Amino acid sequence: MTTAAPAAPRAAVTNRPADIVFKAVSTTAGVLILIALGGVALFLVVQAVPAIIGPIPEEEGANFWAWVWPLTFGTLWSALLAMVMAVPLAVAIALFITHYAPRKLAQFLGYLIDLLAAIPSVIYGLWGIAVLAPFFQPGYIWLAQNLGWLPLFSPPASGTGRTILTASIVLAVMVLPIITALCREIFLQTPRLNEEAALALGATRWEMIKMAVLPHGRSGIIASSILGLGRALGETMAVAMVLASSGVVSFVLIGSQNPSTIAANIALRFPEAHGITVNMLIGSGLVLFAITLLVNALSRWIIAKTTVDGGR
Amino acid sequence: MSKRIEINDLDIYYGAFKAVEGVSIDIEPRAVTAFIGPSGCGKSTVLRSLNRMHEVIAGAYVDGEVLLDGANLYGPGVDPVNVRRQIGMVFQRPNPFPTMTIRENVLAGVLLNNRRMSRSDQDDLVERSLRGANLWNEVKDRLGVPGSGLSGGQQQRLCIARAIAVSPDVLLMDEPCSALDPISTLAIEDLIEELKTEYTIVIVTHNMQQASRVSDKTAFFNIAGTGKPGKLIEFDETAKIFSNPSVQSTEDYVSGRFG
Repeated sequence: MTTAAPAAPRAAVTNRPADIVFKAVSTTAGVLILIALGGVALFLVVQAVPAIIGPIPEEEGANFWAWVWPLTFGTLWSALLAMVMAVPLAVAIALFITHYAPRKLAQFLGYLIDLLAAIPSVIYGLWGIAVLAPFFQPGYIWLAQNLGWLPLFSPPASGTGRTILTASIVLAVMVLPIITALCREIFLQTPRLNEEAALALGATRWEMIKMAVLPHGRSGIIASSILGLGRALGETMAVAMVLASSGVVSFVLIGSQNPSTIAANIALRFPEAHGITVNMLIGSGLVLFAITLLVNALSRWIIAKTTVDGGR
Repeated sequence: MSKRIEINDLDIYYGAFKAVEGVSIDIEPRAVTAFIGPSGCGKSTVLRSLNRMHEVIAGAYVDGEVLLDGANLYGPGVDPVNVRRQIGMVFQRPNPFPTMTIRENVLAGVLLNNRRMSRSDQDDLVERSLRGANLWNEVKDRLGVPGSGLSGGQQQRLCIARAIAVSPDVLLMDEPCSALDPISTLAIEDLIEELKTEYTIVIVTHNMQQASRVSDKTAFFNIAGTGKPGKLIEFDETAKIFSNPSVQSTEDYVSGRFG
Protein backbone atom coordinates (compact mmCIF):
# COMPACT_ATOMS: atom_id res chain seq x y z
CA MET A 1 0.00 0.00 0.00
CA THR A 2 1.35 3.39 -0.88
CA THR A 3 -0.71 5.88 1.01
CA ALA A 4 0.65 9.38 0.83
CA ALA A 5 1.76 10.16 4.34
CA PRO A 6 1.66 13.79 5.40
CA ALA A 7 5.09 15.33 5.15
CA ALA A 8 6.87 14.83 8.42
CA PRO A 9 7.96 18.04 10.11
CA ARG A 10 11.57 18.64 9.23
CA ALA A 11 13.86 17.73 12.05
CA ALA A 12 16.34 20.37 13.04
CA VAL A 13 19.41 19.96 10.86
CA THR A 14 22.48 19.13 12.84
CA ASN A 15 25.72 18.22 11.13
CA ARG A 16 27.24 15.21 12.75
CA PRO A 17 30.79 14.42 11.57
CA ALA A 18 30.05 10.73 11.04
CA ASP A 19 27.10 11.58 8.80
CA ILE A 20 29.19 13.94 6.71
CA VAL A 21 32.00 11.44 6.30
CA PHE A 22 29.69 8.60 5.42
CA LYS A 23 27.76 10.72 2.95
CA ALA A 24 30.98 11.78 1.28
CA VAL A 25 32.25 8.21 1.04
CA SER A 26 29.03 6.78 -0.37
CA THR A 27 28.55 9.67 -2.79
CA THR A 28 32.09 9.23 -4.07
CA ALA A 29 31.50 5.53 -4.56
CA GLY A 30 28.30 6.25 -6.45
CA VAL A 31 29.97 8.81 -8.69
CA LEU A 32 32.97 6.53 -9.33
CA ILE A 33 30.82 3.85 -10.92
CA LEU A 34 29.31 6.46 -13.24
CA ILE A 35 32.75 7.74 -14.16
CA ALA A 36 33.97 4.22 -14.89
CA LEU A 37 30.99 3.43 -17.09
CA GLY A 38 31.13 6.79 -18.83
CA GLY A 39 34.87 6.44 -19.35
CA VAL A 40 34.51 3.04 -20.96
CA ALA A 41 31.71 4.25 -23.21
CA LEU A 42 33.69 7.34 -24.21
CA PHE A 43 36.81 5.28 -24.96
CA LEU A 44 34.80 2.87 -27.11
CA VAL A 45 33.08 5.63 -29.06
CA VAL A 46 36.22 7.72 -29.64
CA GLN A 47 38.29 4.75 -30.73
CA ALA A 48 35.52 3.26 -32.86
CA VAL A 49 34.68 6.37 -34.87
CA PRO A 50 37.60 6.11 -37.34
CA ALA A 51 36.56 2.55 -38.23
CA ILE A 52 32.87 3.36 -38.45
CA ILE A 53 33.14 6.41 -40.69
CA GLY A 54 36.38 5.71 -42.49
CA PRO A 55 37.25 3.05 -45.06
CA ILE A 56 38.47 -0.28 -43.75
CA PRO A 57 40.93 -2.64 -45.45
CA GLU A 58 39.33 -4.23 -48.49
CA GLU A 59 39.99 -7.81 -47.43
CA GLU A 60 37.90 -7.19 -44.29
CA GLY A 61 34.70 -6.11 -46.04
CA ALA A 62 32.87 -3.27 -47.74
CA ASN A 63 32.47 -1.15 -44.62
CA PHE A 64 32.47 -1.45 -40.85
CA TRP A 65 28.86 -2.59 -40.59
CA ALA A 66 29.29 -5.30 -43.21
CA TRP A 67 32.33 -6.49 -41.29
CA VAL A 68 30.77 -6.44 -37.85
CA TRP A 69 27.44 -8.01 -38.84
CA PRO A 70 28.64 -11.67 -39.01
CA LEU A 71 30.32 -11.27 -35.63
CA THR A 72 27.19 -9.77 -34.14
CA PHE A 73 25.15 -12.57 -35.60
CA GLY A 74 27.52 -15.18 -34.20
CA THR A 75 27.41 -13.56 -30.78
CA LEU A 76 23.63 -13.50 -30.65
CA TRP A 77 23.20 -16.94 -32.24
CA SER A 78 25.60 -18.75 -29.91
CA ALA A 79 24.16 -16.98 -26.86
CA LEU A 80 20.61 -17.81 -27.95
CA LEU A 81 21.50 -21.48 -28.45
CA ALA A 82 23.14 -21.55 -25.04
CA MET A 83 20.05 -20.05 -23.42
CA VAL A 84 17.71 -22.48 -25.15
CA MET A 85 19.69 -25.31 -23.63
CA ALA A 86 20.50 -23.80 -20.26
CA VAL A 87 17.30 -22.09 -19.07
CA PRO A 88 14.91 -25.09 -19.07
CA LEU A 89 17.61 -27.26 -17.54
CA ALA A 90 18.44 -24.67 -14.88
CA VAL A 91 14.78 -24.21 -13.94
CA ALA A 92 14.33 -27.97 -13.75
CA ILE A 93 17.43 -28.38 -11.57
CA ALA A 94 16.32 -25.55 -9.29
CA LEU A 95 12.86 -27.11 -8.94
CA PHE A 96 14.41 -30.48 -8.19
CA ILE A 97 16.65 -28.98 -5.52
CA THR A 98 13.89 -26.94 -3.90
CA HIS A 99 10.88 -29.22 -4.19
CA TYR A 100 11.83 -32.79 -4.92
CA ALA A 101 15.26 -33.70 -3.61
CA PRO A 102 15.73 -34.92 -0.04
CA ARG A 103 17.33 -32.18 2.02
CA LYS A 104 20.82 -33.68 2.21
CA LEU A 105 21.00 -34.27 -1.53
CA ALA A 106 19.61 -30.79 -2.17
CA GLN A 107 22.35 -29.17 -0.11
CA PHE A 108 25.03 -31.21 -1.83
CA LEU A 109 23.66 -30.33 -5.27
CA GLY A 110 23.51 -26.68 -4.26
CA TYR A 111 27.21 -26.68 -3.38
CA LEU A 112 28.01 -28.50 -6.58
CA ILE A 113 26.19 -25.92 -8.69
CA ASP A 114 28.01 -23.08 -6.93
CA LEU A 115 31.26 -24.88 -7.59
CA LEU A 116 30.53 -25.04 -11.31
CA ALA A 117 30.32 -21.25 -11.31
CA ALA A 118 33.81 -20.98 -9.85
CA ILE A 119 35.56 -22.85 -12.68
CA PRO A 120 37.58 -20.44 -14.88
CA SER A 121 36.41 -20.17 -18.46
CA VAL A 122 39.78 -21.30 -19.82
CA ILE A 123 39.15 -24.66 -18.20
CA TYR A 124 35.78 -24.86 -19.90
CA GLY A 125 37.51 -24.01 -23.18
CA LEU A 126 40.05 -26.80 -22.74
CA TRP A 127 37.29 -29.22 -21.83
CA GLY A 128 35.32 -28.16 -24.90
CA ILE A 129 38.26 -28.79 -27.25
CA ALA A 130 39.66 -31.90 -25.64
CA VAL A 131 36.51 -33.72 -24.61
CA LEU A 132 33.27 -32.32 -25.96
CA ALA A 133 34.29 -31.71 -29.57
CA PRO A 134 35.60 -35.25 -30.26
CA PHE A 135 32.77 -36.72 -28.23
CA PHE A 136 30.04 -35.05 -30.26
CA GLN A 137 31.72 -35.27 -33.66
CA PRO A 138 30.27 -38.69 -34.61
CA GLY A 139 26.87 -37.41 -33.50
CA TYR A 140 27.22 -34.44 -35.85
CA ILE A 141 27.96 -36.78 -38.75
CA TRP A 142 24.88 -38.82 -37.89
CA LEU A 143 22.77 -35.64 -37.73
CA ALA A 144 24.08 -34.51 -41.11
CA GLN A 145 23.28 -37.88 -42.65
CA ASN A 146 19.83 -38.34 -41.16
CA LEU A 147 18.49 -34.87 -40.46
CA GLY A 148 20.45 -33.09 -43.15
CA TRP A 149 17.24 -31.87 -44.77
CA LEU A 150 16.77 -29.54 -41.79
CA PRO A 151 18.62 -26.26 -42.47
CA LEU A 152 20.11 -26.48 -38.97
CA PHE A 153 21.89 -29.75 -39.75
CA SER A 154 22.71 -29.40 -43.43
CA PRO A 155 25.89 -31.30 -44.37
CA PRO A 156 28.82 -31.45 -44.52
CA ALA A 157 29.44 -32.02 -40.84
CA SER A 158 32.56 -30.67 -39.21
CA GLY A 159 35.47 -33.07 -39.04
CA THR A 160 36.76 -31.70 -35.76
CA GLY A 161 33.53 -31.17 -33.85
CA ARG A 162 34.57 -27.60 -33.07
CA THR A 163 31.23 -26.22 -34.20
CA ILE A 164 28.96 -23.48 -32.94
CA LEU A 165 26.83 -26.16 -31.31
CA THR A 166 29.80 -27.38 -29.27
CA ALA A 167 30.63 -23.81 -28.32
CA SER A 168 27.04 -23.20 -27.31
CA ILE A 169 26.97 -26.34 -25.19
CA VAL A 170 30.09 -25.11 -23.39
CA LEU A 171 28.41 -21.72 -22.94
CA ALA A 172 25.27 -23.39 -21.64
CA VAL A 173 27.26 -25.30 -19.02
CA MET A 174 28.94 -22.06 -18.03
CA VAL A 175 25.74 -20.07 -17.54
CA LEU A 176 23.87 -22.97 -15.95
CA PRO A 177 25.15 -22.35 -12.41
CA ILE A 178 24.23 -18.66 -12.43
CA ILE A 179 20.68 -19.30 -13.55
CA THR A 180 20.23 -22.33 -11.32
CA ALA A 181 21.53 -20.62 -8.20
CA LEU A 182 19.28 -17.59 -8.68
CA CYS A 183 16.21 -19.66 -9.56
CA ARG A 184 16.79 -21.79 -6.48
CA GLU A 185 16.82 -18.72 -4.26
CA ILE A 186 13.62 -17.45 -5.88
CA PHE A 187 11.78 -20.77 -5.69
CA LEU A 188 12.70 -21.07 -2.02
CA GLN A 189 11.03 -17.71 -1.42
CA THR A 190 7.66 -18.85 -2.73
CA PRO A 191 5.21 -17.93 0.04
CA ARG A 192 4.38 -21.10 1.94
CA LEU A 193 0.81 -19.86 2.10
CA ASN A 194 0.48 -19.98 -1.69
CA GLU A 195 1.93 -23.47 -1.85
CA GLU A 196 -0.46 -24.65 0.84
CA ALA A 197 -3.39 -23.00 -0.93
CA ALA A 198 -2.68 -25.12 -3.99
CA LEU A 199 -2.12 -28.32 -2.01
CA ALA A 200 -5.30 -27.80 -0.01
CA LEU A 201 -7.26 -27.62 -3.26
CA GLY A 202 -6.00 -31.08 -4.06
CA ALA A 203 -3.08 -30.16 -6.27
CA THR A 204 -0.35 -32.71 -6.87
CA ARG A 205 3.23 -31.60 -6.37
CA TRP A 206 3.63 -30.63 -10.02
CA GLU A 207 0.27 -28.83 -10.10
CA MET A 208 1.29 -26.94 -6.98
CA ILE A 209 4.51 -25.89 -8.73
CA LYS A 210 2.51 -24.69 -11.74
CA MET A 211 -0.02 -22.80 -9.60
CA ALA A 212 2.21 -21.28 -6.97
CA VAL A 213 5.94 -21.65 -7.54
CA LEU A 214 6.38 -20.81 -11.21
CA PRO A 215 4.03 -17.78 -11.25
CA HIS A 216 5.76 -16.42 -8.20
CA GLY A 217 9.18 -17.03 -9.73
CA ARG A 218 8.39 -15.81 -13.24
CA SER A 219 10.12 -12.46 -13.09
CA GLY A 220 13.02 -14.03 -11.22
CA ILE A 221 13.46 -16.68 -13.90
CA ILE A 222 13.57 -13.93 -16.52
CA ALA A 223 16.03 -11.86 -14.51
CA SER A 224 18.37 -14.78 -13.91
CA SER A 225 18.16 -15.81 -17.56
CA ILE A 226 19.17 -12.32 -18.60
CA LEU A 227 22.14 -12.42 -16.25
CA GLY A 228 23.11 -15.72 -17.82
CA LEU A 229 22.58 -14.26 -21.27
CA GLY A 230 24.88 -11.39 -20.35
CA ARG A 231 27.61 -13.84 -19.51
CA ALA A 232 27.01 -15.90 -22.65
CA LEU A 233 27.16 -12.78 -24.84
CA GLY A 234 30.41 -11.58 -23.35
CA GLU A 235 32.15 -14.92 -22.87
CA THR A 236 35.50 -14.83 -24.60
CA MET A 237 38.01 -17.56 -23.87
CA ALA A 238 35.82 -20.63 -24.09
CA VAL A 239 34.40 -19.61 -27.45
CA ALA A 240 37.75 -18.44 -28.80
CA MET A 241 39.26 -21.81 -27.95
CA VAL A 242 36.46 -24.10 -29.03
CA LEU A 243 35.04 -22.51 -32.13
CA ALA A 244 36.63 -23.00 -35.54
CA SER A 245 35.27 -19.82 -37.08
CA SER A 246 35.31 -18.44 -40.57
CA GLY A 247 33.20 -15.30 -40.31
CA VAL A 248 30.17 -16.55 -42.20
CA VAL A 249 26.54 -15.88 -41.37
CA SER A 250 24.99 -19.33 -41.10
CA PHE A 251 22.42 -21.08 -39.00
CA VAL A 252 24.06 -24.47 -39.54
CA LEU A 253 24.87 -25.92 -36.15
CA ILE A 254 27.27 -28.70 -37.06
CA GLY A 255 29.33 -27.45 -40.02
CA SER A 256 32.95 -26.45 -40.25
CA GLN A 257 31.98 -22.93 -41.42
CA ASN A 258 30.96 -21.12 -38.25
CA PRO A 259 30.32 -17.48 -37.40
CA SER A 260 32.65 -16.09 -34.79
CA THR A 261 31.60 -13.97 -31.85
CA ILE A 262 32.60 -10.41 -31.09
CA ALA A 263 34.38 -11.17 -27.85
CA ALA A 264 36.25 -14.18 -29.19
CA ASN A 265 37.23 -12.30 -32.33
CA ILE A 266 38.68 -9.44 -30.30
CA ALA A 267 40.65 -11.82 -28.11
CA LEU A 268 42.06 -13.71 -31.08
CA ARG A 269 42.96 -10.73 -33.26
CA PHE A 270 43.86 -7.92 -30.90
CA PRO A 271 47.44 -9.07 -30.15
CA GLU A 272 48.42 -8.66 -33.81
CA ALA A 273 46.17 -5.76 -34.70
CA HIS A 274 47.51 -2.35 -35.69
CA GLY A 275 46.26 0.82 -37.29
CA ILE A 276 42.64 0.84 -38.38
CA THR A 277 42.18 -2.81 -37.38
CA VAL A 278 42.48 -1.76 -33.74
CA ASN A 279 39.68 0.75 -34.27
CA MET A 280 37.57 -1.90 -35.98
CA LEU A 281 37.96 -4.29 -33.08
CA ILE A 282 37.15 -1.57 -30.59
CA GLY A 283 34.15 -0.66 -32.73
CA SER A 284 32.92 -4.23 -32.51
CA GLY A 285 33.40 -3.95 -28.76
CA LEU A 286 31.13 -0.91 -28.83
CA VAL A 287 28.49 -2.99 -30.62
CA LEU A 288 28.75 -5.68 -27.92
CA PHE A 289 28.47 -2.97 -25.25
CA ALA A 290 25.32 -1.66 -26.90
CA ILE A 291 23.80 -5.14 -27.18
CA THR A 292 24.45 -5.82 -23.52
CA LEU A 293 22.89 -2.52 -22.48
CA LEU A 294 19.89 -3.25 -24.66
CA VAL A 295 19.45 -6.74 -23.20
CA ASN A 296 19.61 -5.35 -19.68
CA ALA A 297 17.11 -2.61 -20.42
CA LEU A 298 14.81 -5.15 -22.01
CA SER A 299 15.02 -7.43 -18.99
CA ARG A 300 14.22 -4.56 -16.61
CA TRP A 301 11.20 -3.74 -18.69
CA ILE A 302 10.01 -7.36 -18.74
CA ILE A 303 10.53 -7.72 -15.00
CA ALA A 304 8.64 -4.52 -14.30
CA LYS A 305 5.78 -5.74 -16.46
CA THR A 306 5.53 -9.24 -15.03
CA THR A 307 6.19 -8.59 -11.36
CA VAL A 308 2.99 -9.06 -9.44
CA ASP A 309 2.12 -7.42 -6.23
CA GLY A 310 0.55 -9.34 -3.42
CA GLY A 311 2.89 -12.29 -2.95
CA ARG A 312 3.41 -11.24 0.64
CA MET B 1 -22.50 -32.73 0.26
CA SER B 2 -21.72 -32.82 3.94
CA LYS B 3 -20.24 -35.76 5.73
CA ARG B 4 -19.57 -36.86 9.28
CA ILE B 5 -16.02 -37.12 10.57
CA GLU B 6 -15.05 -39.51 13.31
CA ILE B 7 -11.64 -39.15 14.88
CA ASN B 8 -10.68 -42.30 16.77
CA ASP B 9 -7.79 -42.22 19.22
CA LEU B 10 -5.58 -40.10 16.99
CA ASP B 11 -1.91 -39.49 17.80
CA ILE B 12 0.00 -37.09 15.56
CA TYR B 13 3.77 -37.12 15.31
CA TYR B 14 6.33 -34.82 13.71
CA GLY B 15 9.25 -37.22 13.44
CA ALA B 16 10.02 -38.37 16.95
CA PHE B 17 7.99 -35.57 18.53
CA LYS B 18 4.48 -36.49 19.58
CA ALA B 19 2.44 -33.35 18.97
CA VAL B 20 -1.04 -34.60 19.77
CA GLU B 21 -2.16 -37.58 21.81
CA GLY B 22 -5.31 -39.61 22.06
CA VAL B 23 -7.88 -37.38 20.34
CA SER B 24 -11.37 -38.79 19.72
CA ILE B 25 -14.09 -36.52 18.40
CA ASP B 26 -17.30 -37.01 16.44
CA ILE B 27 -17.84 -34.10 14.09
CA GLU B 28 -21.47 -33.71 13.05
CA PRO B 29 -22.46 -32.94 9.49
CA ARG B 30 -24.19 -29.59 8.81
CA ALA B 31 -22.85 -28.11 12.00
CA VAL B 32 -19.95 -25.97 13.11
CA THR B 33 -17.39 -27.55 15.38
CA ALA B 34 -14.87 -25.17 16.99
CA PHE B 35 -11.42 -26.08 18.31
CA ILE B 36 -10.18 -23.76 21.04
CA GLY B 37 -7.19 -23.80 23.34
CA PRO B 38 -3.91 -21.99 24.09
CA SER B 39 -1.17 -21.66 21.46
CA GLY B 40 0.77 -24.83 20.78
CA CYS B 41 -1.94 -27.10 22.14
CA GLY B 42 -2.23 -28.94 18.84
CA LYS B 43 -5.64 -27.72 17.69
CA SER B 44 -4.33 -26.55 14.31
CA THR B 45 -2.41 -29.78 13.95
CA VAL B 46 -5.57 -31.80 14.53
CA LEU B 47 -7.42 -29.62 12.01
CA ARG B 48 -4.70 -30.08 9.42
CA SER B 49 -4.66 -33.81 10.00
CA LEU B 50 -8.27 -33.89 8.83
CA ASN B 51 -7.21 -33.23 5.24
CA ARG B 52 -3.68 -34.49 5.65
CA MET B 53 -2.22 -31.01 5.20
CA HIS B 54 0.08 -31.57 8.19
CA GLU B 55 1.96 -33.97 5.94
CA VAL B 56 3.58 -31.09 4.06
CA ILE B 57 6.03 -31.07 6.95
CA ALA B 58 8.53 -33.86 6.33
CA GLY B 59 8.36 -36.67 8.86
CA ALA B 60 4.76 -36.08 9.94
CA TYR B 61 2.58 -39.12 10.47
CA VAL B 62 -0.40 -40.22 12.49
CA ASP B 63 -1.47 -43.22 14.52
CA GLY B 64 -5.20 -43.79 14.74
CA GLU B 65 -8.15 -43.28 12.46
CA VAL B 66 -9.97 -40.41 10.82
CA LEU B 67 -13.19 -41.67 9.26
CA LEU B 68 -15.06 -39.63 6.69
CA ASP B 69 -18.51 -41.24 6.58
CA GLY B 70 -16.82 -44.46 7.60
CA ALA B 71 -13.91 -44.36 5.14
CA ASN B 72 -10.51 -44.08 6.77
CA LEU B 73 -8.55 -41.10 5.38
CA TYR B 74 -5.35 -42.82 6.47
CA GLY B 75 -6.23 -46.21 5.05
CA PRO B 76 -3.72 -47.96 2.83
CA GLY B 77 -3.73 -46.67 -0.73
CA VAL B 78 -5.54 -43.44 0.11
CA ASP B 79 -3.99 -40.57 -1.83
CA PRO B 80 -3.76 -37.34 0.20
CA VAL B 81 -4.42 -35.43 -3.03
CA ASN B 82 -7.87 -37.04 -3.25
CA VAL B 83 -8.54 -36.40 0.43
CA ARG B 84 -7.87 -32.70 -0.07
CA ARG B 85 -10.22 -32.56 -3.03
CA GLN B 86 -13.04 -33.67 -0.71
CA ILE B 87 -12.06 -31.61 2.31
CA GLY B 88 -11.49 -27.94 1.60
CA MET B 89 -9.43 -25.59 3.72
CA VAL B 90 -9.31 -21.88 4.49
CA PHE B 91 -6.16 -20.53 6.06
CA GLN B 92 -5.18 -18.09 8.76
CA ARG B 93 -4.19 -15.42 6.31
CA PRO B 94 -6.00 -14.91 3.01
CA ASN B 95 -3.96 -16.57 0.28
CA PRO B 96 -5.47 -16.04 -3.16
CA PHE B 97 -3.04 -16.88 -5.95
CA PRO B 98 -1.45 -13.49 -6.62
CA THR B 99 -0.99 -13.97 -10.36
CA MET B 100 -4.53 -15.14 -10.97
CA THR B 101 -7.63 -13.05 -11.49
CA ILE B 102 -10.64 -13.33 -9.19
CA ARG B 103 -12.31 -15.62 -11.70
CA GLU B 104 -9.23 -17.81 -12.12
CA ASN B 105 -8.87 -18.08 -8.36
CA VAL B 106 -12.38 -19.40 -7.99
CA LEU B 107 -11.87 -21.89 -10.79
CA ALA B 108 -8.38 -22.97 -9.71
CA GLY B 109 -9.49 -26.07 -7.82
CA VAL B 110 -12.09 -27.20 -10.33
CA LEU B 111 -9.76 -26.97 -13.29
CA LEU B 112 -7.22 -29.06 -11.38
CA ASN B 113 -9.52 -32.02 -11.64
CA ASN B 114 -9.00 -31.79 -15.39
CA ARG B 115 -12.69 -31.38 -15.86
CA ARG B 116 -13.47 -29.99 -19.27
CA MET B 117 -15.93 -27.23 -18.55
CA SER B 118 -17.77 -25.06 -20.99
CA ARG B 119 -17.35 -21.35 -20.64
CA SER B 120 -20.95 -20.89 -19.49
CA ASP B 121 -20.65 -23.65 -16.88
CA GLN B 122 -17.55 -21.89 -15.61
CA ASP B 123 -19.42 -18.59 -15.45
CA ASP B 124 -22.23 -20.25 -13.50
CA LEU B 125 -19.83 -21.86 -11.07
CA VAL B 126 -17.94 -18.61 -10.50
CA GLU B 127 -21.17 -16.76 -9.78
CA ARG B 128 -22.55 -19.52 -7.57
CA SER B 129 -19.34 -19.81 -5.54
CA LEU B 130 -18.90 -16.07 -5.14
CA ARG B 131 -22.54 -15.70 -4.14
CA GLY B 132 -22.01 -18.56 -1.69
CA ALA B 133 -19.14 -16.60 -0.20
CA ASN B 134 -21.13 -13.33 -0.09
CA LEU B 135 -18.66 -11.71 -2.44
CA TRP B 136 -20.52 -11.63 -5.74
CA ASN B 137 -22.02 -8.17 -5.44
CA GLU B 138 -18.68 -6.63 -4.57
CA VAL B 139 -16.66 -8.17 -7.40
CA LYS B 140 -19.08 -9.04 -10.20
CA ASP B 141 -17.86 -6.12 -12.31
CA ARG B 142 -14.18 -6.91 -11.95
CA LEU B 143 -13.78 -10.65 -12.17
CA GLY B 144 -10.78 -10.10 -14.43
CA VAL B 145 -8.62 -8.21 -11.96
CA PRO B 146 -6.04 -9.91 -9.73
CA GLY B 147 -7.42 -11.29 -6.48
CA SER B 148 -4.59 -9.66 -4.58
CA GLY B 149 -6.15 -6.25 -5.23
CA LEU B 150 -9.07 -6.93 -2.88
CA SER B 151 -9.20 -6.00 0.79
CA GLY B 152 -8.14 -8.60 3.35
CA GLY B 153 -11.71 -9.55 4.23
CA GLN B 154 -12.68 -9.81 0.56
CA GLN B 155 -9.60 -11.92 -0.13
CA GLN B 156 -10.58 -14.30 2.65
CA ARG B 157 -14.09 -14.62 1.22
CA LEU B 158 -12.50 -15.21 -2.19
CA CYS B 159 -10.54 -18.06 -0.60
CA ILE B 160 -13.78 -19.44 0.80
CA ALA B 161 -15.36 -19.19 -2.65
CA ARG B 162 -12.36 -21.03 -4.07
CA ALA B 163 -12.75 -23.75 -1.44
CA ILE B 164 -16.49 -24.27 -1.95
CA ALA B 165 -16.23 -24.15 -5.77
CA VAL B 166 -15.04 -27.76 -5.74
CA SER B 167 -18.10 -28.81 -3.69
CA PRO B 168 -16.17 -30.31 -0.80
CA ASP B 169 -17.73 -32.55 1.83
CA VAL B 170 -16.11 -30.66 4.67
CA LEU B 171 -14.72 -27.15 5.11
CA LEU B 172 -11.81 -26.66 7.48
CA MET B 173 -11.01 -23.15 8.70
CA ASP B 174 -7.75 -22.42 10.46
CA GLU B 175 -8.27 -19.15 12.35
CA PRO B 176 -9.92 -17.60 9.29
CA CYS B 177 -10.50 -14.22 10.93
CA SER B 178 -7.26 -13.70 12.83
CA ALA B 179 -5.85 -11.37 10.15
CA LEU B 180 -9.10 -9.44 9.64
CA ASP B 181 -10.71 -6.35 11.11
CA PRO B 182 -13.94 -6.65 13.16
CA ILE B 183 -16.26 -5.75 10.25
CA SER B 184 -14.72 -8.34 7.94
CA THR B 185 -14.74 -10.82 10.80
CA LEU B 186 -18.47 -10.30 11.19
CA ALA B 187 -18.97 -10.86 7.46
CA ILE B 188 -17.08 -14.15 7.66
CA GLU B 189 -19.01 -15.25 10.76
CA ASP B 190 -22.33 -14.55 9.01
CA LEU B 191 -21.04 -16.54 6.08
CA ILE B 192 -20.11 -19.49 8.31
CA GLU B 193 -23.64 -19.42 9.67
CA GLU B 194 -24.99 -19.74 6.11
CA LEU B 195 -22.45 -22.30 4.97
CA LYS B 196 -23.26 -24.72 7.76
CA THR B 197 -26.62 -25.48 6.17
CA GLU B 198 -24.66 -27.23 3.42
CA TYR B 199 -21.27 -28.17 4.78
CA THR B 200 -19.61 -29.77 7.73
CA ILE B 201 -17.47 -27.00 9.15
CA VAL B 202 -14.55 -27.25 11.52
CA ILE B 203 -13.00 -24.01 12.73
CA VAL B 204 -9.93 -23.30 14.81
CA THR B 205 -10.09 -20.01 16.64
CA HIS B 206 -8.24 -18.10 19.32
CA ASN B 207 -11.25 -15.90 19.81
CA MET B 208 -13.54 -17.46 22.38
CA GLN B 209 -16.39 -15.08 21.66
CA GLN B 210 -16.16 -16.21 18.07
CA ALA B 211 -16.32 -19.85 19.07
CA SER B 212 -19.37 -19.20 21.22
CA ARG B 213 -21.03 -17.18 18.44
CA VAL B 214 -20.56 -19.49 15.48
CA SER B 215 -20.17 -23.03 16.73
CA ASP B 216 -22.57 -25.76 17.78
CA LYS B 217 -19.97 -27.89 19.47
CA THR B 218 -16.63 -26.95 20.93
CA ALA B 219 -13.51 -28.96 21.62
CA PHE B 220 -11.06 -27.59 24.16
CA PHE B 221 -7.43 -28.65 23.79
CA ASN B 222 -4.63 -28.09 26.25
CA ILE B 223 -1.00 -28.94 26.77
CA ALA B 224 0.65 -30.01 29.97
CA GLY B 225 3.90 -28.18 29.23
CA THR B 226 6.44 -27.43 26.51
CA GLY B 227 7.50 -30.57 24.67
CA LYS B 228 4.49 -32.52 25.91
CA PRO B 229 1.80 -33.62 23.49
CA GLY B 230 -1.43 -31.64 23.21
CA LYS B 231 -4.58 -33.38 24.42
CA LEU B 232 -8.29 -33.02 24.03
CA ILE B 233 -9.59 -31.93 27.41
CA GLU B 234 -13.27 -31.59 26.77
CA PHE B 235 -15.70 -31.84 23.87
CA ASP B 236 -19.33 -30.87 24.25
CA GLU B 237 -22.12 -28.58 23.19
CA THR B 238 -20.75 -25.05 22.85
CA ALA B 239 -23.31 -23.70 25.31
CA LYS B 240 -22.21 -26.20 27.92
CA ILE B 241 -18.48 -25.57 27.38
CA PHE B 242 -18.92 -21.84 27.89
CA SER B 243 -21.44 -21.93 30.73
CA ASN B 244 -20.95 -25.08 32.68
CA PRO B 245 -17.89 -27.09 31.60
CA SER B 246 -17.23 -30.35 33.39
CA VAL B 247 -13.44 -29.93 33.60
CA GLN B 248 -11.82 -27.29 35.76
CA SER B 249 -9.14 -26.28 33.23
CA THR B 250 -11.79 -25.67 30.57
CA GLU B 251 -13.55 -23.33 32.90
CA ASP B 252 -10.28 -21.57 33.74
CA TYR B 253 -9.57 -21.10 30.05
CA VAL B 254 -12.99 -19.92 28.86
CA SER B 255 -13.35 -17.57 31.79
CA GLY B 256 -9.97 -16.05 30.95
CA ARG B 257 -8.15 -17.22 34.05
CA PHE B 258 -5.27 -18.49 31.94
CA GLY B 259 -4.19 -18.75 28.31
